[in-house]
Amino acid sequence: MHRELIPTLEEKARNLRVSIIKTLHRSQSGHTGGSLSAIDLITALYFHTLRHRPEEPAWEGRDRFVLCKGHAAPAQYVALAESGYFPKEDLMMLRRLGSHLQGHPDSKQTPGVEVCTGSLGQGLSQACGIALGLRLDGGDHRVYALLGDGELQEGQVWEAAMSAAHFRLDTLCAIVDANGLQIDGEVAKVMGVESIADKFHAFGWHVTEIDGHDMGAILAAYAHAATVKGKPTVIVARTVKGKGVSFFENKASYHGVTPSDEELPRALHSLGCLEKL
Amino acid sequence: MIQMAATRDAYGTTLLELGDENPAVVVLDADLSGSTKTGLFAKKFPERFFNMGIAEANMVCTAAGLAAAGKIPFVSTFAIFAAGRAWEQIRQSVAYPKANVKIVPTHGGITVGEDGASHQSVEDIAIMRAIPNMTVIVPADAVETAAAVRAVASFKGPVYLRLGRNKVPTLFDNSYRFRIGKGKVMADGCDLTFVTTGLMTAQALIASEVLKKEGISARVLHLATIKPLDGDLLLDAALETGAIVTGEEHSIIGGLGGAVAEFLSEHAPTPLVRVGVNDRFGTSGKAEELLKYFGLTHEGLEDAARRVLERKGAR
Repeated sequence: MHRELIPTLEEKARNLRVSIIKTLHRSQSGHTGGSLSAIDLITALYFHTLRHRPEEPAWEGRDRFVLCKGHAAPAQYVALAESGYFPKEDLMMLRRLGSHLQGHPDSKQTPGVEVCTGSLGQGLSQACGIALGLRLDGGDHRVYALLGDGELQEGQVWEAAMSAAHFRLDTLCAIVDANGLQIDGEVAKVMGVESIADKFHAFGWHVTEIDGHDMGAILAAYAHAATVKGKPTVIVARTVKGKGVSFFENKASYHGVTPSDEELPRALHSLGCLEKL
Repeated sequence: MIQMAATRDAYGTTLLELGDENPAVVVLDADLSGSTKTGLFAKKFPERFFNMGIAEANMVCTAAGLAAAGKIPFVSTFAIFAAGRAWEQIRQSVAYPKANVKIVPTHGGITVGEDGASHQSVEDIAIMRAIPNMTVIVPADAVETAAAVRAVASFKGPVYLRLGRNKVPTLFDNSYRFRIGKGKVMADGCDLTFVTTGLMTAQALIASEVLKKEGISARVLHLATIKPLDGDLLLDAALETGAIVTGEEHSIIGGLGGAVAEFLSEHAPTPLVRVGVNDRFGTSGKAEELLKYFGLTHEGLEDAARRVLERKGAR
């Protein structure tokens, strides 16, 4: 692993948090908490782990990323824009009529988005299908699927988990952004999903559990997943909803709420962003 | 001698041919590969066949993923479990992205038979037709099925191709050219038109012959593609015959009858009688008994024709 990359990626993640906040403040619609909890995991993928060519989104040799928790689309969009898939100015059109940046990921409209997600529980199945298809062609592409922990309440996730192990999809790496909160409150109180690790283990997966904001741990987990043979890997990433903006952290109320005019400077300050607006 | 063959058998053998011709063709099934006839493909191309177990939601989205990886997935199970159980998966993961997935359920309608209402689908055409980007096809016989399976394999985009369990009369010969979205006038007539799909087209041809002896001239317009509807042939039928009877092995709500009613009321208001399952669930019984029980017979179409002609005359 390239330890020297860690500070660079941490700085990249911080900048993308700033971008998420600005984008969501502009759109005044979208999901703040789950975008901030997932951004370190997404940053590590787009700026280190994924083989991809932003200038050639359909490049056949690319690894695939599926954002199963499609409501974190702002986190994917800022990473795609930063990578160069489309101009950063487009972010200001998030969720607007006519924009290619839909409320939830849309493969027909956004360069770099592989499949349509947003209805929870379907992404891991699609990722399995992609992995099966690429395997038929003899490729060594890897497929990453990022789920929410609330999403694990969808039964279809476990159908997919069963089939991924059955088909020995070792090119598949699922990542659970386990921030512990969902719209109505704590996951544990709404409908408990723990032990996530034990459940995936029982379904025949290789399981790793990490701090989902520790860039070194994230890179190590992705690197390790690529070495696992004969079974899919799940990385259970313990995260903080709203991570990075002190007054958003661990608040279910910021699941689908965007920063107000009053909150914007405080949020940016909290992220260490001192630029003038 | 009338040849009889099941549409699902034609599906199984055509898939085998496609498997040879196109390495991108893959097949998924949900523990019903013997019934759906995908088992033939599974035996010959095991690496391109995925038995997904009894998990239809995952099957449909896995197919969407395979399509995203450049494959042409055919997805089979019984109609109620494809269209019904996995409706929102089809909507979100297949139709919305225009994924190149072919949903090909067998066991559509009530001729599933003895298994009863839980396994009979009388709503699937309606709920598939309501989804944007979706093409809906119900072939009349084995020959048309073979042609339709080939056509949808070449067509880029989502398709719902509904097949049946039982043997049905073969109406077409091998010179038949199937085209998605195009109907076919199977018998000409000027007093009314039977607009039918699936196994009801064979019944309409019989009804047309019976009515001829009564001096009634009934056209038979077979619409294998219910969406997109062949508006040209339908408009001709409405304007030239002035009375329409629809026939389908499906609820009268939302299927072919619904589609025709929508079209006619906007473009050419015409007396219409819909023959189908009359807003009821299916029930157990032999397929032939059930068709009679629900009035899905040539006699049922003839009665409907007489009724629609009374209304036409009263105008």
